[in-house]
Amino acid sequence: MNYTRNLRYCRRQFINVYNNSFSTSVIKSQSVQQVAQPKRICIVGAGPAGFYAAQYLLKQLSDCSVDIVEKLPVPFGLVRFGVAPDHPEVKNVINTFTKTAENPRLRFFGNVTLGTYVTLQELRERYHAVLLTYGADQDRELELHNEQQAHVISARKFVAWYNGLPGAEQLQPDLSGRDVTIVGQGNVAVDVARMLLSPIDNLKVTDTTEYALEALANSKVERVHLVGRRGPLQAAFTIKELREMLKLPQVETRWRAEDFTGVDAQLDKLQRPRKRLTELMLKSLGEQSSRQSGDVSKQFLPIFLRAPKAIVEREMEFAITELQENSAVATSATEKLPADLILRSIGYKSSCADAGINFDARRGQVCNEQGRVLQDKETKQTAPGLYVAGWLGTGPTGVILTTMNGAFAVAKTICNDIAANAFDTTSLKPGFDPSNKPIVTWEGWQRIDKHETEAGKAKGKPREKIVSIPEMLRIAGV
Amino acid sequence: MTVINTIRNSARLTLRNIWLRNNNNISRGSSATTNFTRTFSLGLALRQQQDVVNVTFVRASGEKIKTSGKVGDSLLDVVVNNNVDLDGFGACEGTLTCSTCHLIFKTSDYEKLPDKPGDEELDMLDLAYDLTDTSRLGCQINLTKDMDGLEVHVPATINDARAA
Repeated sequence: MNYTRNLRYCRRQFINVYNNSFSTSVIKSQSVQQVAQPKRICIVGAGPAGFYAAQYLLKQLSDCSVDIVEKLPVPFGLVRFGVAPDHPEVKNVINTFTKTAENPRLRFFGNVTLGTYVTLQELRERYHAVLLTYGADQDRELELHNEQQAHVISARKFVAWYNGLPGAEQLQPDLSGRDVTIVGQGNVAVDVARMLLSPIDNLKVTDTTEYALEALANSKVERVHLVGRRGPLQAAFTIKELREMLKLPQVETRWRAEDFTGVDAQLDKLQRPRKRLTELMLKSLGEQSSRQSGDVSKQFLPIFLRAPKAIVEREMEFAITELQENSAVATSATEKLPADLILRSIGYKSSCADAGINFDARRGQVCNEQGRVLQDKETKQTAPGLYVAGWLGTGPTGVILTTMNGAFAVAKTICNDIAANAFDTTSLKPGFDPSNKPIVTWEGWQRIDKHETEAGKAKGKPREKIVSIPEMLRIAGV
Repeated sequence: MTVINTIRNSARLTLRNIWLRNNNNISRGSSATTNFTRTFSLGLALRQQQDVVNVTFVRASGEKIKTSGKVGDSLLDVVVNNNVDLDGFGACEGTLTCSTCHLIFKTSDYEKLPDKPGDEELDMLDLAYDLTDTSRLGCQINLTKDMDGLEVHVPATINDARAA
């Protein structure tokens, strides 16, 4: 077995030399050193941050080899499990990630969980550098009494449910009532509202899981309230997502005119993105009285200046707020909104996967300075060779572009640190030993991918996702 | 047996990668195809030469990347077809769902562009870094003969900081 591994290692080196031989002789002479000792980097988490960092490292460091370990048997993180099924174009980044994965200097090990299957300590011993990019898999809570009731669920879980995250199929959200109240106004909240209000035929051609399609087809939901603590000028959703809602067939968007008092007068002071978003809201508000409500069957109801206060039977109580220097301050006045189902969408946070990570539990992210993980909070000393990128390091904000730039920046920091000998890259590191372990390789994922796309084709969907981990492993040939 | 399989798999992988690489070049490099056919007729050759539009991408560091496309190509096509080294450019592959192909035009060039940006393009530009009044998405700009010699600025990103 050992012999096989060595052979595999030699093959990798051979391919490196082979690839480099196309380039200049300078690179060729570098590759001689590289045969002696590749710089081994391990990335934990196969989402956008992990793949973009890998792409950068492989390009900039001709003498590195990158291993990506991933908790799930399948790659791509929130591109697969977060991006809405009716936004397939956003998932085109998968093509670039696949190209990165097919680089002979990259290995993918799916079904490897940090903290249980392998410890951070082990990874740090086996690699010169470790980059944590395992994202944010928890959500912030409202911290209200009754929040644990069955009709209060997190938008994160709801997204995971329609996107087929293993384990989320058990959610069974109750869609038998007329009113859904979503607390929070970010793009996740708007995605969830759109999934609840879209004509079912629009969703049937997406990779929404079959069980979710069935539940949504039987849904009795007619009104979705989208509630935010602050005003229209602080709205967290982006204009693309709003424009999509405004164009949704058979759905009417209704604003509350009183929420927009004085907003007109502010327009000229705004930066272009905020200005265009506000103008679109005002335009929609202006048109709503004259709008024909002919074939409208559902309503989207954005509501501003309301802070969650209490969860009561089939209702949610909000404090009416006032803006003071851009923050919402609760007044004594309240309003109750009908809420057969409450979806909490006030932000994600990360969890601490391994006791060896310096983790800020309050903020839900790894303590770091520009991607370098801090050894402890007081001294600001960094842990040599340990890095973090993506939402795990920055908190859960921004679009894929933000994550991409952040991941490139941290990868650049790693390159700079290696150039400056900030940590040891000369000793021999064995890397992760996948032998005799139930891991999913890239070839295993390709088998799952093929299976899913073929199953989808029969239904007119881009893919039918497999949700069960044992089935994924079976198809991958583990 | 395992050893043999390993060798066989590695050979297969290498072959496939080479095949993919070559295949990519053929399907993407429309300019390469042009070169093949150029010898067939002088008229055709002349017409194809006229179709070539020279474009220069200028990084924030000032570095200029001179390249070309043909009439009808988008600026994103030009980057992809010529393997212009801009990491992360065109992440959504021209489907107006990201802003990674953000480019900044000179005012005079911007005003001459045949189509004004649509709402969807402006929506995505609103998410771009270093947004200017003469920003456009490269995937929405199709080359015309008039654009020959065009210079566009690539906004400052991590890539440029590296190149500088």
